[in-house]
Amino acid sequence: MRREGSPWTGLWAVFFKEMADHLTGLRMRILEGLILLSALAAVYTGTQTLRQTVGEDPYLYLRLLTTAQDPLPSFVGFLSFFVPLAAIALAFDAVNGEYARGTLSRILSQPIYRDALLFGKFLAGLGTLAVLLTALFLLVVGLGLFTLGVPPGGEEMARAFLFLLATLAYAGFWLALGLLFSVLFRQPATAALAAIGVWLFFAVFFPILTDLAANALLLQADPLDPESQLRQASLALWISRLSPNTLYAETLTAVLNPAVRSLGPILITQLEGAVLGTPLPLSQSLLLIWPQLTGLMALVILLFTLAYVAFQRQEVRA
Amino acid sequence: MAVIETHGLTKRYGRVVAVEDLNLEVKEGEVFGLLGPNGSGKTTTILMLLGLTEPTRGEARVLGLDPMREPLKVKSQVGYLPDQVGFYGELTAWENLRYTTRLLGLPEAEARARIEEVLKRMGLWEVRDRKVSAFSRGMRQRLGLAEVLLKRPKVAILDEPTLGLDPEAAREFLELIKGLRAEGITILLSSHLLHQVQEVCDRVGLFHKGHLALLGTVEELAQRVLGGGYEILVEASPGLEEAFRRLEGVARVAAEGGRYRILSSRDLRPELARIAVEQGELLSLSLRRPSLDEVYAHYFKEVAHAA
Repeated sequence: MRREGSPWTGLWAVFFKEMADHLTGLRMRILEGLILLSALAAVYTGTQTLRQTVGEDPYLYLRLLTTAQDPLPSFVGFLSFFVPLAAIALAFDAVNGEYARGTLSRILSQPIYRDALLFGKFLAGLGTLAVLLTALFLLVVGLGLFTLGVPPGGEEMARAFLFLLATLAYAGFWLALGLLFSVLFRQPATAALAAIGVWLFFAVFFPILTDLAANALLLQADPLDPESQLRQASLALWISRLSPNTLYAETLTAVLNPAVRSLGPILITQLEGAVLGTPLPLSQSLLLIWPQLTGLMALVILLFTLAYVAFQRQEVRA
Repeated sequence: MAVIETHGLTKRYGRVVAVEDLNLEVKEGEVFGLLGPNGSGKTTTILMLLGLTEPTRGEARVLGLDPMREPLKVKSQVGYLPDQVGFYGELTAWENLRYTTRLLGLPEAEARARIEEVLKRMGLWEVRDRKVSAFSRGMRQRLGLAEVLLKRPKVAILDEPTLGLDPEAAREFLELIKGLRAEGITILLSSHLLHQVQEVCDRVGLFHKGHLALLGTVEELAQRVLGGGYEILVEASPGLEEAFRRLEGVARVAAEGGRYRILSSRDLRPELARIAVEQGELLSLSLRRPSLDEVYAHYFKEVAHAA
């Protein structure tokens, strides 16, 4: 049966309401404070290290984002840790919270479709994270300008922009996951716990499992046949890429380090005539991580679709 | 003109029947009570009328529109007050209504004017800048009705509007509902508190396990089920039961010492008084509208007996 009327009616009303909630909510302020503090710490130690080598590096600002000094991880390291948490925190009670407050049936009795509610919430989460990330990034660049005294180059900024985009896609994955769980579980606490469980799994256990798998696969390879070894290594790599964390990490590696030429095993023949350590142009780096980036976005769309289908089939009454 | 019509409307959840073969017609401008105990299918019926739940079979028409095909048109003309209505506690009353006007797509100036109008009408204008989390149950319920009115609806569907209100607040709320009827808004209300809502309903439908068991005005139902539309309470000398029963039009007499409860098809107060005075003393005499609770209890006792 065809429904009449646009599914986008009311989308922007939901979007702005949710975004205002996020930006004024206590939850987001706590997260912002956490992220800000850790980012400042990371950037501060980064500049301390970089000061000695200012004149030598053409990609100073990318280095600023990625330099780690014990015991603190780099800015990027902090972000890849906090972004999933922030995204989950924004989404885990999106739908079940409305049930719990008894607002869902009231909102859905207004002339809007469910589509607008879910999509509006997703966009609002994404918008909030985009604002947060951009602000943070500008802060870091400004700080760098202050302490290093060198203006950033055009290509550097383009790479940094790409980094923001990839981070947003990565955040989108966790946001969509949080949204899915908020549809599937009636208790917000259960949804939050489940989402954090998935995050822990990908952050801690998945690398261990893929390591084990890679070792097992290599053992199966014929030690005298390099080709079978290569095949097994590629398979192990492929398995590790099932995790959004791997996709994101690889994207960052290629975008923020122009010298990276390959994300998999390299054959000696591929290095013939290459000048090691020379940076790739942006377009080549982009080509390198294109599959990872699209894979990440596909995961986001897949998760959102699952959440959408589950929400459409759900009964409105609690 | 029928504002709400259903034909063979059925909803099943797996093998559980929520609503079975419902044929209903609500006329323009009337207050229709959808009554029955919890879990008898009232809310499911309402959700189907709003297009929020898909019927398994049958069809519904609201204002001539199919709620499954044109839910936006239906929902823009039908106000709905859910049971246990909730608001965003961290927002003020005004902000909550502002969100609704945005969802309704009202222009700014119009929205402000309407919010002011409905808040004043519901007596919430003074607390408009207070957070809803600090509201009492009665205030929330009135805010819910304010939200319904924001739409300028042709039809208002109220689900358990008096549930959880203290008697005074419930009475006030029913007064507000009467006010809506005076404006010509058709009202469908559901409740399991039969005695509370019977006086505001023009017609009622009694639900039992997903079936619409009885339909009509309260008097008609009392007549049909109890055999009498009038209930008269008499306090007089004991032993008059037989004399009362012989009167024409008396359906039933229940006696307890000197207290009698008489069900009749017409107002028999003069005759009863005469008998009581002739054969002893008359202490009190009063006419009561039979309560729906009795109709309901009696009807389903009979159904259970017959089964």
